[in-house]
Amino acid sequence: MRAVQILVDGFAISSLYGLAAVGFTLIFGVSGVLNLAHGGIMVVAALVGWLAAGELGLGTYVGTLVGVAAGLVTAYATYLVVVRPIQRSRAIRPEETEIFVLTGTLLWGIMIQVGMAYLFTDNPVTIRPLIFGVVNIFGVRTPTNEIMIAALSWAAIGLLWLLVNRTRTGKALLGASMNPRGVTLLGYELTQLHLVAWTIYGVLAGIAGVLLASFLGVSTSNAGQLTASAFSIVVLGGLGSVSGSLIAAYVVGYLETATAYLIAPTLRPIPSLILLVLAVYVRPQGFLGRR
Amino acid sequence: MASATGGARPWLLGCAVLAIALGPLSASAQTTEPIKIGVIGEESSVAGASLTKAAAMAADEINAHGGVNGRQVQVITYDDHSSAADAVRAFQRAVSQDKVVAVIASYISEVVLAIEPWSARLHMPFITPGAASNLISKAVHDDYDHFKYTFHGWLTSAFIAQAICDYAKDELVGPFQMKTAVVMSEDAAWTTPLDERYLECLPKAGLKVLDHIRFNPDTADFTPIFHQIEDAHPDVIITGISHVGVQPTVQWHDQQVPIPMVGQSSQATTSTFWKDTNGAAEGVITDTAAAADVALTPLTIPFTQAYVKKYGATPAYDGYTAYDMVYIITEAIQRAEGSTDPDKLVTALAATDHVGTIGREQFYGRDNQFTHALKYGPGLVTTVAIQWQNGKQMCVWPTDKANAKISFPSFIKLHASAN
Repeated sequence: MRAVQILVDGFAISSLYGLAAVGFTLIFGVSGVLNLAHGGIMVVAALVGWLAAGELGLGTYVGTLVGVAAGLVTAYATYLVVVRPIQRSRAIRPEETEIFVLTGTLLWGIMIQVGMAYLFTDNPVTIRPLIFGVVNIFGVRTPTNEIMIAALSWAAIGLLWLLVNRTRTGKALLGASMNPRGVTLLGYELTQLHLVAWTIYGVLAGIAGVLLASFLGVSTSNAGQLTASAFSIVVLGGLGSVSGSLIAAYVVGYLETATAYLIAPTLRPIPSLILLVLAVYVRPQGFLGRR
Repeated sequence: MASATGGARPWLLGCAVLAIALGPLSASAQTTEPIKIGVIGEESSVAGASLTKAAAMAADEINAHGGVNGRQVQVITYDDHSSAADAVRAFQRAVSQDKVVAVIASYISEVVLAIEPWSARLHMPFITPGAASNLISKAVHDDYDHFKYTFHGWLTSAFIAQAICDYAKDELVGPFQMKTAVVMSEDAAWTTPLDERYLECLPKAGLKVLDHIRFNPDTADFTPIFHQIEDAHPDVIITGISHVGVQPTVQWHDQQVPIPMVGQSSQATTSTFWKDTNGAAEGVITDTAAAADVALTPLTIPFTQAYVKKYGATPAYDGYTAYDMVYIITEAIQRAEGSTDPDKLVTALAATDHVGTIGREQFYGRDNQFTHALKYGPGLVTTVAIQWQNGKQMCVWPTDKANAKISFPSFIKLHASAN
């Protein structure tokens, strides 16, 4: 019974972790950017979605779309206002660009968090679930919304897979993550590809933010935690590896859920952090990492 | 911080001489100067924002009625961002720079416990309108001469737990024949004494405690906690939550956990909670200072209505107390014949007997273990229990004040009715 509970409960949260981490790893793969404003972008999507759905009375569906759009806009802002100027700056030495991007996005993420707390308070908000009710899965009472969140996460991940593997732009993206110079030689504009990667990322982070708000609830104070969990999943899975991130998302999701059930809810994040430290020692490239 | 460099010293000396020379003049001018009260809140949380707003309202009202002995009351607000370090800095600034005569601060026990020693060191009268930890008044009791400047303008955790036990006995054990409970509290300074009293008074009220769960306030997913509670098959969940509120409530509702949630849920005390939870609050019962439509005193309803008119939502529990504390401070100044001398003010505050928005407010004396904390009991402050019903907070206890009967959402399975 306990095992079934862990299996069922862990699935939805792991799928959501996967969705949030896939975009994060994609922009790292394509443009070498570790975006530490990630949690901030998810929080913006969740809060704006909540505002549109509830306060402005647009309903859950329109609210969800507005939230995702807000996530996309914030992702663009992150790229155009913070990341690209640093990458193009001549004052910053090339070997230091990455650390400046890291610091820049970290500060940007804090600015988003504090700004959102000012506008929305740090009280958590929840978006009304798309579907109400509960279903019984092998004796575990599960909200229908939880099943739908897992399904939507996988639909989004599936679409991403199709996009990357079946379209020209997608293949170019894949190419850019393997060999940027080669892609440029084939006539692709690298900046265009970066913008595509950030678009995909913004949509995925936006969806993850809105779904999280309808599942567990989101507050501005979650921003740091959300960045940290995406970061550890991506490092564990192997930086830049989409499949690695998905596997890591399930490992972390289930490890957390099992800890919460079998040891104590308070210790929930600890074992996955220990695992991360071990991974850095034993296999620094992560599960499926190449570098 | 500016340091007194060699070059600055003659300048400082000059100022000092000037100040002494002008001394009598400024003393006579002082009588018309405003009485400044520092109010430190947490603007990004519901309860923390409510206390600064309510305090400002009280000052406006007092000024509209001519002030205190002809002097205006000026509330200076500070935001501590829910951080004890920021709160201490704000407190120091209020004292040294803004020259306040008293400080009202915070609903967070950890923050208040950090300010308390500074109130002692700087001899600054200080009242918290919302923190609950027993340790606040214990320090005053244990070392009165040192800590006497601190007052606890809200009930201690022990009394909050007692109120909930009293209420559970009257409304749950009686009418619903509930027999068992699980205590579910966030891990924080205020819940340690709360849980202690719960474990002691719930069995006396007729509820056997089957399990006691303390969880990290950072918890986002409450599913495992609710499953653990369900495994114990209690009749009711007794809560002690303040930093969290929306998330457990929404998940309780979405997962259709079939056990009522009753106890202290601070976020549920303000009217915005309904929107924040999309109505998942339906059926939640919490203890609070006062209910919007219940006249605990003649002041309750006028204050609530004025607050709603000004800010669009009802005050949180500490809004009521912060409002009352501004009056209590100004009355103490009047009793001290206009003096704002800290020691005279403390003596005057200790003699408080004020009918405020939540009842008759007095502080425990030096001999009581809860020195300078608000007195609890019939005829004084007893709190009320409210239940969210169809988007409204209805009062369900004390019985003589109640304006609604308890009713639970359909997913709640009442064991007694099933038997």
